[in-house]
Amino acid sequence: MARRYDSSTTTFSPEGRLHQVEYAIEAINNAGTSVGILAKDGVVMASEKKVTSGLLAPARTSEKTYKLCPHATCTVAGLTADANILIDQARLRAGRYAYQYQEPIPIENLVEHVCNYKQAYTQYGGLRPFGVAFLFAGYDIHHGFQLYQSDPSGNYSGWKATVIGANNQAGKSLLKTEYGSSSSSGDEMKTDENPAKDETEMPTTVEALRLAVKVLNKTMDGAAASPDKLELFAMTLDEDGNCVHKILNAKEVEAVIAEVESETATAGDS
Amino acid sequence: GPNCDLVNFSEYISKNLALYELSNDGMKLSTHAQANFCRGELAKALRKGPFQVNVILGGYDENVPNGGSLYIMDYLGSCHKVNYGAQGYASNFTLSIMDRDWEEGMNEEQAVKIVEHCIRELNMRFLLNQSNFIIKVVDKDGVRTVKADSDPSDN
Repeated sequence: MARRYDSSTTTFSPEGRLHQVEYAIEAINNAGTSVGILAKDGVVMASEKKVTSGLLAPARTSEKTYKLCPHATCTVAGLTADANILIDQARLRAGRYAYQYQEPIPIENLVEHVCNYKQAYTQYGGLRPFGVAFLFAGYDIHHGFQLYQSDPSGNYSGWKATVIGANNQAGKSLLKTEYGSSSSSGDEMKTDENPAKDETEMPTTVEALRLAVKVLNKTMDGAAASPDKLELFAMTLDEDGNCVHKILNAKEVEAVIAEVESETATAGDS
Repeated sequence: GPNCDLVNFSEYISKNLALYELSNDGMKLSTHAQANFCRGELAKALRKGPFQVNVILGGYDENVPNGGSLYIMDYLGSCHKVNYGAQGYASNFTLSIMDRDWEEGMNEEQAVKIVEHCIRELNMRFLLNQSNFIIKVVDKDGVRTVKADSDPSDN
């Protein structure tokens, strides 16, 4: 039934679906996972690098993490070539806004612009949609640190923590239970005298990095985590209030992986 | 400037700023951003069909020290953040008054007094008889008119 209505982006199916857009979203479910977590003092994004080969030239650019402007960075899940076009768009938009208003672009403004660009490919021109999902991490004075997710349809939403790419459902369910509960408190039974906190407490960037690695451990399905398979990114503010974009080096990644390993080991003992 | 450009340009800018607010979930642009947007439009039009408009833009922002900021722009697209300013023939008379009288950290009452001083000077020394000066104040509560003299159209 879908076959007659699925080859053109500009055609609705009788059930009111755009199959090309849905297929684009499917394409991303095979891509390397990327998890984003909002922290008290920053945003953290961890990505699985799918393309690992000893023969690869040392990377000058990442395949997952891209800086868009002084106060925003994104990670990509999906077709890298498609992503490059959209990243150019985002960088242009951020630059033009800064030129026009002499001020950094509000993050939602930037995300919406990229998403409107994506949406056009679901409605006009007969061209296929972009097979990319993004996690945008950014900071502005209006809303502080923010995390947004967008998909090929051009939809976007703000998140405290989310996962895109392969096994994202498993990752999201882990985040649901673990985000907001302090990792050191351990097992506290939810009883009537001890009700679950109404407000989830945001982790620190350090805690968030560990949680992100935990999530990737789950989505990567038992494959051993190592610095050449993981890319860890953290955005924070320095003392002058400027954004610091940090992609952790191999040693730092190794350290976080080790911390997570020891944490899970001790948790298993109780 | 000429009334046609004055109305056209100022409405163009103010409606675009209103559109920004609508498109961005009620977020307002800072005075700094508004001034630079305005100056950018003057600069863009300059080598096509210039607006013969000089601008003084004042605004209040919470996150700015002392809250208020003032920008002065001319029709060629220059823009400066200033403590006081004047456009037109008035500047020949009033800038020196403000040079002497303005001080850091004045309150609204003192600032209005300086403006009134300038108006008195113009009434005395300027060859044109201008009976209708309107004094407005911009602060955390928005824009309000402090004084409006007689409207010539009433005569």
